Amino acid sequence: MAFSQAEVLAGLADIVNDETGIATESVQLEKSFTDDLDIDSISMMTIVVNAEDKFGVKIPDEEVKNLITVGDAVNFIVSAQA
Amino acid sequence: MTQPVLNQYDVVKYSKIYSLGAARGDLTVTNDDIAGPIDSSDEWIRQRTGIITRKRASKERSLMDMAVEASNEAIKKAGIDPQEIGAVIFSTITHPFQTPSAATLLAELVGANPAPAYDVSAACAGYCYGIAQADALVRSGMAKYVLVVGGEKLSDFIDPTDRSISFLLGDGAGAAIVGPSDFPGISPTVWGSDGSHWSAVSMTASLLDFRDEVAEWPTLRQEGQTVFRWAVWEMAKTAKKALEVAGVKAEDLSAMVTHQANIRIIDELAKQLKLPESVVVARDIVYTGNTSAASIPLAMHALLESGEVKSGGLALEIGFGAGLAFGAQVVVLP
Repeated sequence: MAFSQAEVLAGLADIVNDETGIATESVQLEKSFTDDLDIDSISMMTIVVNAEDKFGVKIPDEEVKNLITVGDAVNFIVSAQA
Repeated sequence: MTQPVLNQYDVVKYSKIYSLGAARGDLTVTNDDIAGPIDSSDEWIRQRTGIITRKRASKERSLMDMAVEASNEAIKKAGIDPQEIGAVIFSTITHPFQTPSAATLLAELVGANPAPAYDVSAACAGYCYGIAQADALVRSGMAKYVLVVGGEKLSDFIDPTDRSISFLLGDGAGAAIVGPSDFPGISPTVWGSDGSHWSAVSMTASLLDFRDEVAEWPTLRQEGQTVFRWAVWEMAKTAKKALEVAGVKAEDLSAMVTHQANIRIIDELAKQLKLPESVVVARDIVYTGNTSAASIPLAMHALLESGEVKSGGLALEIGFGAGLAFGAQVVVLP
């Protein structure tokens, strides 16, 4: 079952909140994981693994460094479902 | 044609760890001491790794010095004559000679000559690999007692400007005496490797590159995110398998003693295994740093010395690292 962009964003916000305590409302498409949300590379990996599990996709390690903003991650996940 | 008959050694039903010994570097290196060259800070290092200080050995304190000190403590506490040691296994990646091995010199220095002696190069899985081999040697009747040492002088192989791993690393040696037991003191080992990630934790160059002057002195580096993902999620599977194979549940454990790679890995592993509060999680990395093959015996020794865990309880030990290589077993605390 493919998730919509809105569903992926909501799901990702829950994962980020669970890992870091950051409020779900703060997890917006234009926000940068490191610069705006202050999420370090280790927390990022935990978020990535949980997202793979939740959305049934694979996010290769070499791709993770390209996911600068929340929007990058959402778009990758939506495309990876195809 | 009749089958030839070959004599065999008498097998021994079970083995156990009799004792541990520990030796650390003589220098206490703070985060402030090393933060400059990696453009970092005490706060950043604590938050990312959990480390407050790491132990490093000065030029005057060699890998062999630490290995001998740890071994002598373990031998004394086991109450055995070193001549009864039937094999010496030295797990290390920082013995600075291609040959002869560190183990043969160690055997000589602790009074175990002429025991068979060999080094094991399995990085942070080295101690668990050593315990697995010791268990097999004792139970097959090949050796009565086995001295297993996990020892490293990682500070000889680090680049102070490297942001991927150098600031984590420390120096030390931990030793164990394994011998026969009338109860199962070491569970079957769950171990393996994944060479598809051979470069995830590695050296910056080979010795040949250094010889040919196409590279500087080889130092350690890692792909942090790949290693983190593997160390947590793949090693959680290994840890669960080790418990299952041992016939033990997480709540039966007194302690979990993982390779002291990084506090974030340790904490996430504990979370993945749903460890109850009653299980003590070893966090020796906070003041010792990541000492590769030495980290598990040093951490276990520290828990016992502090009284945080008691002899006779069960501990899950799991080592994982460069190779990638990994090994886990459940042991009765000595």
